[in-house]
Amino acid sequence: MSDQQQEKLFNKKISRRQMLKYTGAGAVGIAIGASGLGSILNTFGMMALEDDMNATNKVLFHGRHQSGIATQTQSHVYFASLKVLVTSKNELQELFKMWTPLAVRLMNGESISQSDANGFVPPKDTGEARGLDASNLTLTFGVGPSLFEKPGLGLSGKKPKELKDLPHFPKDQLNPAYVGGDICIQACADDPQVAFHAVRNLIRAASGKVSLAWSQTGFNSFPVKNGVKQTPRNLFAFKDGSANPNSKNNQDMNNVVWIQPGESENWLTDGAYLIVRRIQMHLETWDRTALREQENVFGRHRDSGAPLRKLNEMDELEVNRLDEKGNPVIPVDSHSRLAREAGERIHRRAFSYASGVVDETGAYDAGLLFISFQKNPKQFITIQNRFGRSDKLNEYITHRGSGLFACFPGIQKGSYIGEALFSIL
Amino acid sequence: MKSKALIALILSGGVIMAACNADKDAAPANTDKTQPETVDLQTEMEAYQAFAMEQMDHFLIETEKFVIAVKNGDIDKAKEIYPKARMYFERSEPIAESFGDLDPRIDARLADLEEEGQGKEDWSGYHKIEYGLWVENTTVGYEETADQLLKDAKELRARVETVEVTPDLMITGAVDLLNEVSTSKITGEEEIYSHTDLYDFKANIEGAEKIVEILKEKIKLKDAKLVDTLTAKFTDLNNLLAKHEDGSGNYISYEQLTKEDTKALAEAVNQLGEPLSQIGIIME
Repeated sequence: MSDQQQEKLFNKKISRRQMLKYTGAGAVGIAIGASGLGSILNTFGMMALEDDMNATNKVLFHGRHQSGIATQTQSHVYFASLKVLVTSKNELQELFKMWTPLAVRLMNGESISQSDANGFVPPKDTGEARGLDASNLTLTFGVGPSLFEKPGLGLSGKKPKELKDLPHFPKDQLNPAYVGGDICIQACADDPQVAFHAVRNLIRAASGKVSLAWSQTGFNSFPVKNGVKQTPRNLFAFKDGSANPNSKNNQDMNNVVWIQPGESENWLTDGAYLIVRRIQMHLETWDRTALREQENVFGRHRDSGAPLRKLNEMDELEVNRLDEKGNPVIPVDSHSRLAREAGERIHRRAFSYASGVVDETGAYDAGLLFISFQKNPKQFITIQNRFGRSDKLNEYITHRGSGLFACFPGIQKGSYIGEALFSIL
Repeated sequence: MKSKALIALILSGGVIMAACNADKDAAPANTDKTQPETVDLQTEMEAYQAFAMEQMDHFLIETEKFVIAVKNGDIDKAKEIYPKARMYFERSEPIAESFGDLDPRIDARLADLEEEGQGKEDWSGYHKIEYGLWVENTTVGYEETADQLLKDAKELRARVETVEVTPDLMITGAVDLLNEVSTSKITGEEEIYSHTDLYDFKANIEGAEKIVEILKEKIKLKDAKLVDTLTAKFTDLNNLLAKHEDGSGNYISYEQLTKEDTKALAEAVNQLGEPLSQIGIIME
């Protein structure tokens, strides 16, 4: 190649086809070497995108399970429930295929496009995360019962029998504006703008294919002790999630969270069920409740998080212990006691929310964006039914929103989100 | 040639490539990205100018009829002409808007003036007469406003001939028309007395549709699928609007729309807006 030719090439736009010609064979291919070729092909979208191991504050996208479930809870969530507008299985499959490389990029802390040279069209990436690192962003995708009932999609035969709308629980006052959805995207990050940016760009890239049904932001703050994040407190100032399984213990997680072969439809193996509840907490009434009563409501000490009459958060809840007068130390209608008696475990990943003012009452619209993961919705239903009408906490909270989603297993390199759902078998 | 230089060459090729749509093969190699104005849109720009002038001709004719009705005290006639005359203006809003002084004289809402610290005494144009017709149920006292409106409409018509239509005006204008709908029509803020917002709504959409129609062949060259998507999304939105029309171009009052109706319309507008914002690919 002459210098003149080289000059010309520099000033030209090179098509993918031309690129192949230059890189595909001969001296050129050898000259750039294996790693160089890889990065070029990557640029052209010809190789599956990979997790960038050098990215700062990064959680892996690829793996056996989806991120954002066993991942240590981040400080922020943007939870989005979507309606699908596509009407065929093929279009739905294409949607998840299209989202996959975008999700990898977002979780690498990258922009979804490298450059925006044409000033006559809007930038591909909305840009508000530019300069921010990956911030431990996780993206968790799930599908709701309503998706399987859409006639054109032909998915009814793949619907797990346990994937159905949650039953009505005592004292539920659900607002249709915060119920259900065909697809959910749970975006968690240690930076609220990173989480929002991710969902915003995924939805925008899917314009005409999905629309936003409802969404909710949430936050958590973690006291740090000896470099270790402690259990966060909810807006009632009590610790939330003390009884979780140990997310680093495979056995524990397999028992409680990850769907094992044969436990549900095959496409859900290594996945989990996500339950989301938008729970308004009546801060005004709580704040005029005496400390002792507050502690009786939870059955735990407020400051330490320890069960009543215990010192440490992780101490055993002594449900059989009686006090001097012969009454149970942990009140029979206390929240943590009822949860324990239900005999089921779930993996809680809750966030607080504060979203302005309730129109009718002028009260804070604030509370808990409860999110839990479990291998079967029954685990949650059993606990919630156990709370029933007797849970003392009911006086201070109202469930306003609800959703159940089956979260896909993790995505292997070269595969795409939800692939097993679309495979022929 | 040294291999180091070659790596640089290939990598820079990759970077250049990344700047355009990596989903498809690149456009002919002679389109230099740094010189987008070399794309020849002369025919299209002329077609758009002709469209705008035609709209303004009609706008002037209908405004004259409107003004006569107002001055004759014929309230019913004036109310009948009002929404339809305005449609000619709304269709070519990207052009009308380019006259910063004329546009508010013809089309200002009282709320717009109040935002700028002005009041009723500074108000003129269609919406002032709208207030007389629908709120006060009279034309008395609006004769002078009507005369001024006709003068302004004539001036607008004359000045449209001098407008320099640019690719940017068309590309940005199409999206702006939709943004008009999203921000003021969908909320019923445009016609707060007459509630004839759906006429303006329809006209804005037709204005955007016209731009796409003119640019269609150019868009097709870059992305044929985009044309299909746009056609489908315009159809969806027009079908939704047709539900509120009586078959002869008359729309129901905006007040009669339910919350679900307006939400469906707003979503259809957004679904159209996203692909519409991509028509600038013709400049690549």
